[in-house]
Amino acid sequence: MQNSQSAPDIASQQTAIRARNVEVFYGDTQAIKGIDLDVRNNEVLSFIGPSGCGKSTFLRCLNRMNDTIDSCRVTGSIELDGQDIYHSSVDEVLLRAKVGMVFQKPNPFPKSIYDNIAYGPKLHGLVERKPELDEIVESSLRRAGLWEEVKDRLTEPGTGLSGGQQQRLCIARTIAVSPEVILMDEPCSALDPIATGIIEELIHDLKEKFTIVIVTHNMQQAARVSDRTAFFHLGEVVEVSETDDLFTNPKHKRTEDYITGRYG
Amino acid sequence: MEHVNSGRHISSQFDEELKEVRNAVLSMGGVVEKQLTDAIQAIKASDHELADRVLSNDTRVNALEMDIDNACTQLIAKRQPTARDLRQIIATFKTIADLERIGDEVKRIAAVAKESFSSEQQHLLAALENLGQLVLNMLRTVLNAFARMDAEEALEVHRTDQGIDRQYEGMLRQLMTYMMEDPRSIPKIMDVVFSARSLERIGDRCQNIAEYVIYNVHGKDVRHTSDEDMEQTVRKTR
Repeated sequence: MQNSQSAPDIASQQTAIRARNVEVFYGDTQAIKGIDLDVRNNEVLSFIGPSGCGKSTFLRCLNRMNDTIDSCRVTGSIELDGQDIYHSSVDEVLLRAKVGMVFQKPNPFPKSIYDNIAYGPKLHGLVERKPELDEIVESSLRRAGLWEEVKDRLTEPGTGLSGGQQQRLCIARTIAVSPEVILMDEPCSALDPIATGIIEELIHDLKEKFTIVIVTHNMQQAARVSDRTAFFHLGEVVEVSETDDLFTNPKHKRTEDYITGRYG
Repeated sequence: MEHVNSGRHISSQFDEELKEVRNAVLSMGGVVEKQLTDAIQAIKASDHELADRVLSNDTRVNALEMDIDNACTQLIAKRQPTARDLRQIIATFKTIADLERIGDEVKRIAAVAKESFSSEQQHLLAALENLGQLVLNMLRTVLNAFARMDAEEALEVHRTDQGIDRQYEGMLRQLMTYMMEDPRSIPKIMDVVFSARSLERIGDRCQNIAEYVIYNVHGKDVRHTSDEDMEQTVRKTR
């Protein structure tokens, strides 16, 4: 890989996730080829690249979502706060609470709005009494910018909300278990421009407390919301740069061709 | 040049639009260059008719600037350009603004060409024409550099401005001596001073355009940097 980052020691305490030489195979097919990448604390890092370039596959490695696919094999090392997340002692369920995920299509549970948020904290035993749970539900919904819209109908089903509201409900559900990192896999691709704008605004606010990695097909979105951008191509990271630089003066021709919409 | 037209867009319409903008800048440059050539010729030959044509043709320069401005605005709105496409558009905005201002300076020179100078004052005009040729050369070269997006050539042009500044300063010293010798000639000499000043300003604007070419090619803003930094930017290989 041409542009893997070297991680200076000084930066190690700022690194939330450290991936080294990560390779992913689906059966005999190699989807990811030796990726080195650091995700820094409290940054928004976006992954861009053409379909099939491996960006979603790599994202799913970061909380072991690929474990659910039988034919999928991951090698290399991925550390969260210095701990190997693929170590046999790691509880995947706990890991996914620490590294939460928001999907392309909003997927609220077929439960009330309240229960959608309360489910995780109850499961992980984060609360003992109802008032504490109420507090988590309210603060999560507030943080996701949804509280004012749903506070009077918390008992109604989450599936009755609009698409944008459902996506914010899913974000609230993710942050209810106090994750460190939130992974977002094209979170706005099913939303209209207004709902998209609200989510983007939310991402900006969430950065203060969380580290966010977002996969997006919308390059303007990557340019708007992220601090750094990684360009994926054919299972490799071609370039990771400050977003401001990547969209005005990319280092690599492959990046330039992609973001300017040229034939690669 | 590797930086021009390497790789087409998936949207061929976008390619067309960028090409049209580029061609429009080149033709605007051509008009401005012709204007300067004519203004210098008008001075040299005391051709009042030619000077009048230069004065009235400036509206063409202004109209071209507005057209290109509009085309660039449309491109940004429709295509959300990035990387070198974005830089091309930003460089275009700035270049045409400088070209328009060069047009205004040319008008001032043409206005002086309409004045009558006595036969003893003809040598003043010769000095002016001399400076004019240097500046015209600089404008031509920088327009070529823009057409080819040639950062090396832009760097060369940038340097020639020093020569123009020296010639301008020498000319001012000479003109001041004349004014002291013959105060009655001051009004005419002031006209020449203003024209020389306009030419010197055109040189500065050519320097600006050279900087935009370097920005377009290398993605680095070289305004207000040292000559060494600028050279380093241009020489580095991408």
